[in-house]
Amino acid sequence: MEFLLSCLVGLFFAAAIYLMLSRHSVRIMLGIAILGNAVNLLIFTAGRITGFVPPIIPDAMETLPSGTANPLPQALILTAIVISFSFFAFLLVLTYRAYQDLNTDDTDDMRAAEPKDQPMPPLGY
Amino acid sequence: MTANETALVLLALCLPFLGAVLSPIVYRIFKSYAPWLLALLPLFSLIQFVRLVPQIADGAALTGGYDWVPSLGLRFSFLLDGLSLTFAILITGIGTLIVLYSGGYMKGHPQQARFLSFMFMFMGAMLGIVVSDGLLMLFVFWELTSITSFLLIGFDNEKAASRRAALQALVVTGGGGLALLAGVLLIQHITGATSLSALFETGNVLRDSPLYLAAFILVLGGAFTKSAQFPFHFWLPNAMEAPTPVSAYLHSATMVKAGVYLLMRLNPVMGDTAAWSTVLPVFGAATLIVGTLLAIRQTDLKLMLAYTTVSSLGLMVMMTGMDVPHAAEGAVLYLIAHSLFKGGLFMVAGLVDHETGTRDLTKLGGLAKAMPITFAAGLAGAVSMGGLPPFVGFLAKEGLYEALIAGSLFATIFLVIAIIGNALMFAIGFGVGLKPFIGAKTETPKHAHEGPALMWIGPVALGLTAFLAAFFSHYFNTHFSGPMASAVAGEEVEIHLSLIPHIGLPLGLSMLTVAIALVIYWKLDAARAAMAGLLSRLGPGPDSWFDSFMRGIVRLSFRVTQTVQPGRLEFYITATFCIIAAVLLVSLVSFGEMPEWPGLPDDVHISHWVILGLAVVGLVAVITAHNRLTAIVTLGIQGFCVAVLFLLLGAPDLSFTQFMVETLSVVILTLVMTRLNLVPSDHRALGQKLFDGSIAALCGLGFALLLMRTIQVPFNDELTVFFNTYSRVIAHGQNVVNVIIVDFRGTDTLGEIGVVMITGLAILALIRVRAGKTKTQPVATEEQAR
Repeated sequence: MEFLLSCLVGLFFAAAIYLMLSRHSVRIMLGIAILGNAVNLLIFTAGRITGFVPPIIPDAMETLPSGTANPLPQALILTAIVISFSFFAFLLVLTYRAYQDLNTDDTDDMRAAEPKDQPMPPLGY
Repeated sequence: MTANETALVLLALCLPFLGAVLSPIVYRIFKSYAPWLLALLPLFSLIQFVRLVPQIADGAALTGGYDWVPSLGLRFSFLLDGLSLTFAILITGIGTLIVLYSGGYMKGHPQQARFLSFMFMFMGAMLGIVVSDGLLMLFVFWELTSITSFLLIGFDNEKAASRRAALQALVVTGGGGLALLAGVLLIQHITGATSLSALFETGNVLRDSPLYLAAFILVLGGAFTKSAQFPFHFWLPNAMEAPTPVSAYLHSATMVKAGVYLLMRLNPVMGDTAAWSTVLPVFGAATLIVGTLLAIRQTDLKLMLAYTTVSSLGLMVMMTGMDVPHAAEGAVLYLIAHSLFKGGLFMVAGLVDHETGTRDLTKLGGLAKAMPITFAAGLAGAVSMGGLPPFVGFLAKEGLYEALIAGSLFATIFLVIAIIGNALMFAIGFGVGLKPFIGAKTETPKHAHEGPALMWIGPVALGLTAFLAAFFSHYFNTHFSGPMASAVAGEEVEIHLSLIPHIGLPLGLSMLTVAIALVIYWKLDAARAAMAGLLSRLGPGPDSWFDSFMRGIVRLSFRVTQTVQPGRLEFYITATFCIIAAVLLVSLVSFGEMPEWPGLPDDVHISHWVILGLAVVGLVAVITAHNRLTAIVTLGIQGFCVAVLFLLLGAPDLSFTQFMVETLSVVILTLVMTRLNLVPSDHRALGQKLFDGSIAALCGLGFALLLMRTIQVPFNDELTVFFNTYSRVIAHGQNVVNVIIVDFRGTDTLGEIGVVMITGLAILALIRVRAGKTKTQPVATEEQAR
């Protein structure tokens, strides 16, 4: 199972990066959404599949019995999901605003911060 | 050092910094009395150091301090011996006078309080260099003097020449400072000593090390730039753009001697090697000659003095390096004498400038009657600089000649150079200290009269000190120059020079020097013309090379920036992922960490296969989507597949969150996409697609292989076991994931909530900006219509 998940993680990364390498901001957004899932799956798999039972301590016990899933990566991913979601939402709105103001979704044409043919800085003191 | 003394030294070191803070406040409250009050701070430091003189004169070297970074073995520690104490007394003593002098010189300047603040900061930094025991502490203060020097040279920041001079000084001395840092670290590496006092215990370790030469060159890089040795001499005359108090204090009496201090400091552990006693005298002598020849050519009083400062520093470096019996004595005597006469002469030049409005030698004359006190101080400085009795300069020159008459050919060559240099400096000294005051009275921009007491106290006090030091030469030699020379030589040295000349070769050489000097002084104008002609034939020097160097740096960085940052997002992302792919794959292959082939799994449930397959289908569909709806829906597919996967693999919390987030993502994406009239299909050409696809595939392969390798090494379950064991016992929660989130890592979660909140605010702001902007545009009317 872990091996299959590793392959899936590789595919997720490949798909995300392929989309992000595009010049079009919408496709970059799609790539970023997938990248978040890729990273979460990576963390999940790296924490090993130790069982299919959720890590919840039964009423009669003081500690978690063995054979349950590893809770630590789950806790980390829970944080990561929420953060990557808010990041994604922000980027989407930013993309939308950029399109409104610059009237393009081609990142090559978005040169407001680094315009083409910048002049040489002054050589004097 | 007793705890009390350590505390007092720390206090003495801190007082100048306190002055830097207080200066603006004191100026606001006490106005024109402020300099008198502020001068009390360095005066107190001076008294503090003078109180230690008897102990040091008995041959003691005091150390003490406080822990700084104990884990690295760094201490904020002091070392006071003859060398550092004499320096400390010069710095605080001349510092006291210079505070008064600055008060007079800058009177009425709108930024006079700031100026004194900078001066105090410098004073503290310079004091820090000489009392430091820790090597890195010394370096920190060393750089601090470069920075304060930058601020002071560029004080007139509206003048381009000031800005250039300030930057030049910073680049040259700061660059040297970096070399010094490397040198200091290398010395620490070789000897294991982190402080000077520990370094002195190591004997010949440094000299015998194969890395000696590297350490030597790096230390020289620091010392030669700071002390303006040829070919780094050019920044010092340019630094004369600074107000005269700065030139008097930083660029003649103290800061430029930091390099000499460093060489003298390290002489006991680095000196007496072939490299040391060749390189130092040769560069010192070259500096001496270059400095005096360039000085002759000048007519500006300050520039004449500046170039002679260069040559004097050369003389000190030369003497520090000379491998002759009494070299250290000559070097320290000359250093003390130079601080006294050059500081005084600079103050005199500033006074003349301040009172007449010009410091051009050819426009000055006959000022003796109008400015008698200034004249007396100037003459005292010139006589001392010329090495005539009854001033300490005489002792210094006797000391130099006595040391250099060692008989060897090598020493004799330097003796001749010293005589020529001294004669030239003699002539220039009188050119500054005598020439403006005698002869026919000339018309000057301002009507000349005696300057304020604030300003003449300094040069008069320095002249008087130079006289007293020579008059009570026994006390001076046993308490100041003797202990200092001992510290430099690394062994007990006694100095017996006094004003009563011994008939002998040194005296004869002194007379010869005076004779040559008189001829030059007589023919000063002719010598100047000859020198100017020679220099114009030589063409551009290091000063203009500096300009080319700076322009080259700007051009180079501009080109590099243009290449590395072309402003295309695609380029940045491609570069990032190329590097990520390389890092993953190259390190896996080159360290032999490729995962083993595990064989196809046989225990995977059919439902898992289905979900994995669906996820892959989702991914492919996103990549190939041709319209908005497909893109949104297919993005949902892979997301929900991940959620189901989490559910199947024992992570219901993740699953629910993922479902929620995916749903929200799809909703927002729909909102945005329906408003963006865009087609999400791929616009790339086939070649580009293949290239991007290979990068993506390589990255994906890298991550997959990394993960496969990761799961093949034994799992460290320490943390997991901790959480599993204690979740119920100490945190009273049964759902371990929840307990980790809200309890064990509660602060982390709080931070996460903060991030989400800030993102929400940022999104709100982005939308609001648009609303504000579009109020005057058609969209607004649309809103009103609703």
